[in-house]
Amino acid sequence: MWHRSASFILDKNQNDTVYPADSVTLTPPPPSSISTPQNPNPNLNRNMSMSAYYQTRAAHHGVVTSDWLAQSQEAATRAVVTGGQEIVDGGKSGRAFSVIDEFNNWRKQPDLAEAVAAIRALAAVIRNSEAKTMMELEIELKKASDSLKSWDTTSISLTAGCDLFMRYVTRTSALEYEDFNSARSRLIERAEKFGEISYKARKIIAMLSQDFIFDGCTILVHGFSRVVMEVLKMAAQNKKLFRVLCTEGRPDRSGLRLANELAKLDVPVKLLIDSAVAYTMDEVDMVFVGADGVVESGGIINMMGTYQIALVAHSMNKPVYVAAESYKFARLYPLDQKDMGPALRPIDFGVPIPSKVEVETSARDYTPPQYLTLLFTDLGVLTPSVVSDELIQLYL
Amino acid sequence: MDARRVSQVVPKVRQVGFVTHSDPNPPPQASRTQSVPIESNSGTPYDSPDFSPVMIPPPRHHSENLSHLRSAAVAVPESSSRRPMWDDRVAVVGSYNPGNSLLGQPVSPNSSEVNSEASTTLGWFGRNSSGKFSAGSSFPGGGFDLTTVKMENFTQLEGKKPEAVPERGGGAAVEVHNEVSSSTAKAKTTKAERRAMQEAQRAAKAATKGKGGGGGVEVNNRESSSNTLKAKTTKAERRETQEAQRAAKAAGKAQGNKPVAAAGGAGPSNILRQPSQNRDDPAVGSTIAGSDRRGGDRPPERERKKDVPPPRMQFDDQGRVNKSKKRAVFNQPEAKNRVELFRHLPQYEHGSQLTDLESKFLELDSMHPAVYKVGVQYLAGDVTGGNARCIAMLRAFQEVINDYSTPPGKTLVRDLTAKISSYVSFLIECRPLSMSMGNAIRFQKSRIAKLPLTLSETEAKAALCNDIDRFINEKIILADKVIVRHAATKVRDGDVLLTYGSSCVVEMILLYAHELGKQFRVVVVDSRPKHEGQALLRRLLAKGLSCTYTHINAVSYIMHEVTRVFLGASSVLSNGTTYSRVGTACVAMVAHAFRVPVLICCEAYKFHERVQLDSICSNELGDSNDIARVPGRPDVNSMDNRTNEKNLQFLNLMYDATPSEYVSMIITDYGMIPPTSVPVIVREYRREYLLI
Repeated sequence: MWHRSASFILDKNQNDTVYPADSVTLTPPPPSSISTPQNPNPNLNRNMSMSAYYQTRAAHHGVVTSDWLAQSQEAATRAVVTGGQEIVDGGKSGRAFSVIDEFNNWRKQPDLAEAVAAIRALAAVIRNSEAKTMMELEIELKKASDSLKSWDTTSISLTAGCDLFMRYVTRTSALEYEDFNSARSRLIERAEKFGEISYKARKIIAMLSQDFIFDGCTILVHGFSRVVMEVLKMAAQNKKLFRVLCTEGRPDRSGLRLANELAKLDVPVKLLIDSAVAYTMDEVDMVFVGADGVVESGGIINMMGTYQIALVAHSMNKPVYVAAESYKFARLYPLDQKDMGPALRPIDFGVPIPSKVEVETSARDYTPPQYLTLLFTDLGVLTPSVVSDELIQLYL
Repeated sequence: MDARRVSQVVPKVRQVGFVTHSDPNPPPQASRTQSVPIESNSGTPYDSPDFSPVMIPPPRHHSENLSHLRSAAVAVPESSSRRPMWDDRVAVVGSYNPGNSLLGQPVSPNSSEVNSEASTTLGWFGRNSSGKFSAGSSFPGGGFDLTTVKMENFTQLEGKKPEAVPERGGGAAVEVHNEVSSSTAKAKTTKAERRAMQEAQRAAKAATKGKGGGGGVEVNNRESSSNTLKAKTTKAERRETQEAQRAAKAAGKAQGNKPVAAAGGAGPSNILRQPSQNRDDPAVGSTIAGSDRRGGDRPPERERKKDVPPPRMQFDDQGRVNKSKKRAVFNQPEAKNRVELFRHLPQYEHGSQLTDLESKFLELDSMHPAVYKVGVQYLAGDVTGGNARCIAMLRAFQEVINDYSTPPGKTLVRDLTAKISSYVSFLIECRPLSMSMGNAIRFQKSRIAKLPLTLSETEAKAALCNDIDRFINEKIILADKVIVRHAATKVRDGDVLLTYGSSCVVEMILLYAHELGKQFRVVVVDSRPKHEGQALLRRLLAKGLSCTYTHINAVSYIMHEVTRVFLGASSVLSNGTTYSRVGTACVAMVAHAFRVPVLICCEAYKFHERVQLDSICSNELGDSNDIARVPGRPDVNSMDNRTNEKNLQFLNLMYDATPSEYVSMIITDYGMIPPTSVPVIVREYRREYLLI
């Protein structure tokens, strides 16, 4: 499904033109290129109206509108043009590109989250490293994760996943006392373990949330989240009787896809337009949403519309549950909606919009913690305030 | 930006059985229906034995005159009109602000007579068990005070048991029984009676032990140090009584004790109990065994006492105040008319004491000049602000350590700790310590205690000075830099930042953001009587920032154009409550109402594990003249020279407590955290203070 997306076109462009040779083997970085890590992602263009994160999502979720595809095509051609001069710079530091390449390879698996792909890619960096000392390896890893992060600055989970990986892998006290080879194998071991944990996170979350879905309940779902899908799928497999209300999820209509998938599982589904949330909130028992990122305050950053759903649910005393893997925990602390770097996404209104009219293209919003009831994570079922505790323990 | 603790939506929980009254969240129906009954009985709110809605009865009085005082305590006339708002808050805020929820409870229509009675008896608990706790002020917060009180009782019991057990088999039982009975009958027995009972028992006990010679006396003295009423009977008198008892005991007449003991305490109820105690007395074993046993039992008791934080000095406790006065280096005349609710706080007539202190300068041979200097600076107000005070104190201690030489026959670890303790108590006399200074002192003492014995004196001194340097550098100076970096990321172009008073961290943030070239405007909110904001304003203007200056009266007007509120803090407590300059809570509340994010900037060394729900039980009172007098306005100075008027009380509070729900974020050296994460920082890094 993903190969229909514009994101794939970009990838293909990159793959074909930049490094046709095998790029999996990592070469140790030449000392000259250490100083300034190049931005290796040619499509990270400020003028572009589509953030890379949503390209990836669209690639995985596969709901593509014609308008969007046209814009992406256009962006892709532009990206190739701008990417042209980067190839010249990039030729010197082939290593950084290799991480991205590895990352892209992993990313092609439709069920694999972006952060998990990044984690796998970073594990591959350790495996393929030719570093001779621990310090060298750590620097190499740092550079790799930096280049991954700069590949897509709008993706919270990618950044958070890379940071957490670095924390998890390099924070072993045993490292100093061992010789390099065993330390390295230990690092690889830890890296793979972390990858495994992240990969299984969705299953764990689905298990944890089963207690909260009771027979006869009505669940409101916003957007398409693979974790929420997993939760609902497991509930359906457990023969729970429940009804799902799906919002349409404009502009990429991700709700439609969720409705499709749920219909396949014989779960009763009802589709709503995004503006019908308050109208139907009466019959809703709980709201289930995913998250692009969970921030330090315990609030979440998620697809546009989550905040207003949470507000409506809060005012009607309905619980709002968030399903999010722990690699989405980010050290961010937005104070209000405008306090984050915007992730933009074009909106197809179906009719031509006069150029004088401004269009709000921000793709996500921030839901403050007081409107959330519980977070289902692979660390357990947490209240919003525990997120900060976990982050403090992880990062400090 | 928003309340973090506003009643969250909870998943459906099936409640089985009935919900008890102790439920911290009063049922919403109650609050909804409240408004009508309140209106109906608002005319006579104070004739019932309930607490008045705003005032908590002062803790220090004996019960006989309490009812009268309680009515006197109702000093805020508009309280009845304000009550519906209080009740609203109880309903909305849920369990958060229990100081209010208790106050709301008695007047709520569904709280039965039993309920209100329970609260009063509980109030008694807090009051008469030690007299050190300010009764209802913080106790309703879920048993914090209650547990300490229990601990207190417990330790008291423990303290008595060793003496009681070996002498007579039933003695301990009698003690326990006595405690229990007095606590159950607390609603009726007055504090004085209970004290009297205990005293009588103690006297009787001491008498039976009389044979033990000095031991008994010593024990009794120790007991008396924890007994406030004893302050009335001087030591000499008590010794006399004991002599008499001993003589009587020597005569072999157990009954001889009774009149003496009764004379010592004189309560109606203790006579009933006395025989049972004395009946056992003659059958007592040897006192020597008793003293052995005592010696064995003492260390754990002492350790337990160490765990419990020492209760703060309560200045409404006459006995203790008198005692501390004897120890005091200089005499501060106390202000005559203190506001009822704040009598437990020290308040002095500032001004006159400076000369007093100066005149004593030559007599204070034990005081190090550096400490003396810092103390005088505190007094005169030359050094203000948490960080500045803390650094000044630590620098003074550094000089103390440099000039220190261990006296012969003493060890450095013990002697230096004692010395620093005496300096600290001097500094407290000059001005009550802030919590951050308490943390610094704790750090200092733990460093001294952890010195390896093998170190020579010079090495030890060098190590300690180095530790102080590191503390100042890492916990204050570097921490400030990190906070400034973090906070600057939250300043955007076009912002309007509001700050209140003068916090040095906030000032650094503003200047740093300005250096970064961010375009923003500053609103400096100030208040009487200190006008600290003017100094800040001057410094900001000197750097070319564009500022607005206003007084706190106009904060609700100015708030709508503000985009961020940056506030400093004296300390941040475990429940996220911010303890800061008075007025901060008001600014934060207005900002919260306008949905403006409130950022508290506070170094992590100012975090404290204490939980405080109001700003009553621990605060500082300033000079009442400051608010009575308006400088340069002789036409409005009619209040001047009236500070000692009987019917007029001035309340010049220095600090207040901002509930965590008004705070969006706390910026510390460990990053930006929500106020709910303060205990995590305290838990994770408290050890580091001690280990550094």
